[in-house]
Amino acid sequence: MNKEGGFRKRKYDNMQPRNRKEERESKVDPSSPVLISFKSFQKELDAKHDKYERLVKLSRDITIESKRIIFLLHRVSSVSNIEELLNESSVKFGDVRLKIQQISQELIGEDMCQFHRAFSPGLQEYVEAVSFQHFIRTRNLISLEEINRHLIFAPKKEEAEDSEDVAVSDSQGEKQKQLCLQVTPTDYLLGIADLTGELMRMCITSVGNGDIETPFEVSQFLRAIYDGFTYIGNTGPYEVSKKLYTLKQSLGKVEDACYTLTVRGSEIPKHMLADVLSSKTSMSEHEEGL
Amino acid sequence: MSVTDLFSVIQSSLTADQDVREEIRKVVQGLEQTAREILTLLQTVHQTSGLKDVPNKCQKARDHFNVVKVHLEELKTKFPPDQYYRFNEHWRFVLQRLIFLAAFVVYLETETLVTREAVAGILGITVYRDKGFHLDIEDYLSGLLILANELARLALNSVTAGDYTRPLRISSFINELDSGFRLLNLKNDSLRKRYDGLKYDVKKIEEVVYDLSIRGLGKGDEPTEGKVVEK
Repeated sequence: MNKEGGFRKRKYDNMQPRNRKEERESKVDPSSPVLISFKSFQKELDAKHDKYERLVKLSRDITIESKRIIFLLHRVSSVSNIEELLNESSVKFGDVRLKIQQISQELIGEDMCQFHRAFSPGLQEYVEAVSFQHFIRTRNLISLEEINRHLIFAPKKEEAEDSEDVAVSDSQGEKQKQLCLQVTPTDYLLGIADLTGELMRMCITSVGNGDIETPFEVSQFLRAIYDGFTYIGNTGPYEVSKKLYTLKQSLGKVEDACYTLTVRGSEIPKHMLADVLSSKTSMSEHEEGL
Repeated sequence: MSVTDLFSVIQSSLTADQDVREEIRKVVQGLEQTAREILTLLQTVHQTSGLKDVPNKCQKARDHFNVVKVHLEELKTKFPPDQYYRFNEHWRFVLQRLIFLAAFVVYLETETLVTREAVAGILGITVYRDKGFHLDIEDYLSGLLILANELARLALNSVTAGDYTRPLRISSFINELDSGFRLLNLKNDSLRKRYDGLKYDVKKIEEVVYDLSIRGLGKGDEPTEGKVVEK
């Protein structure tokens, strides 16, 4: 049906101009005020669409890079030298921020919200990666302000740390504003919701490596986040409540793992725990499938 | 800061956001009411008797637009000026309708296409983004497409009312609009979808013109009042 509709439409489109061509050419004067103004609309719309596409591309790059950082950070549980990994990830974050800076340069003089849809997925992925690194470092949740603090850029060195400049003159303040990209609360929340999935994975793999501390820390942390999300509940946007379901599943898996660790931990030798746990999780996944 | 504290910070910012939206919604409701009133007023041109009294109706509509100006002034105060696009979806629909109504009034008065600046003037807003509450170009274009739809209807009804020259004028106007839109490279969005409907309006008007011309009607003659098209 779809195919047929497409075909009919195309045929129609092809026939229309031919039938009317001679007539139109005689009637519409190409230098009429209407056509002149539409030519300027064309330029305006094209410029806007081009900018949008550039932002989408940047956002994709940010997403890919952030995902790579997350994979890198997942190796933390199997590698002894954690510091080295963290430093490596910090270097990669520098590259990602460079891309975010490019976004903020594209947005100079624009209304950020107008193009928000173009780069929002990338920012969410960035929030996920940054908060994951922060959790590995400090076992705590990174705040929105802290994320945003890293996203203030300055092209000129002298303006970089001068916060007084902002207060002195308004035009200067605007200049300063143009150079930072603020993560919105919604993007932050969505990024954090994705983070919980990563934490669940980290929890399960760390058990596989014989680490019995991490699962409990993670479950503690996940529970706090879950409480936070239920506190926000319906006041948040629609996408946030959609993520709540996945969040609950992740929490369930982690709590399951901790339960097994506690119950069986005393009776089974540590090197066998991983087998017990993996069979348990696969069983619960099977149940969900039904 | 603990996780709970962080979430309560986020929560309060979300609540503040919702309050702003609530305020905007209230003003937009008033706008919609006025827009409906203007539409009801202008709809009467489709009636057989309505076409005679166009200048009077346009004058009344313009009076209503003063109410719109007041509403829009109020709307401007409800949110920070640099966050236009954040809340834009709340008034997008009604703004498009208002643009259409303004364009319709201007068409009925002068039979020309309203410029972006003129619409902004009628609504009491600006054209450019950096000067405050502005007229988005896509909204303007959408409003023009609604106008095309309305004019296709008017072409039909003016024939019924015995005005045989109006469809010809509408036809050349719509043709100009159509070739204007052909210049644009539209993305696959709502504007594009609406633009796809323009060709049907063009077709409808051309059929009316055809019907008139094969019967030798409307060739510069004075319209014969109340006469039904002979079959």
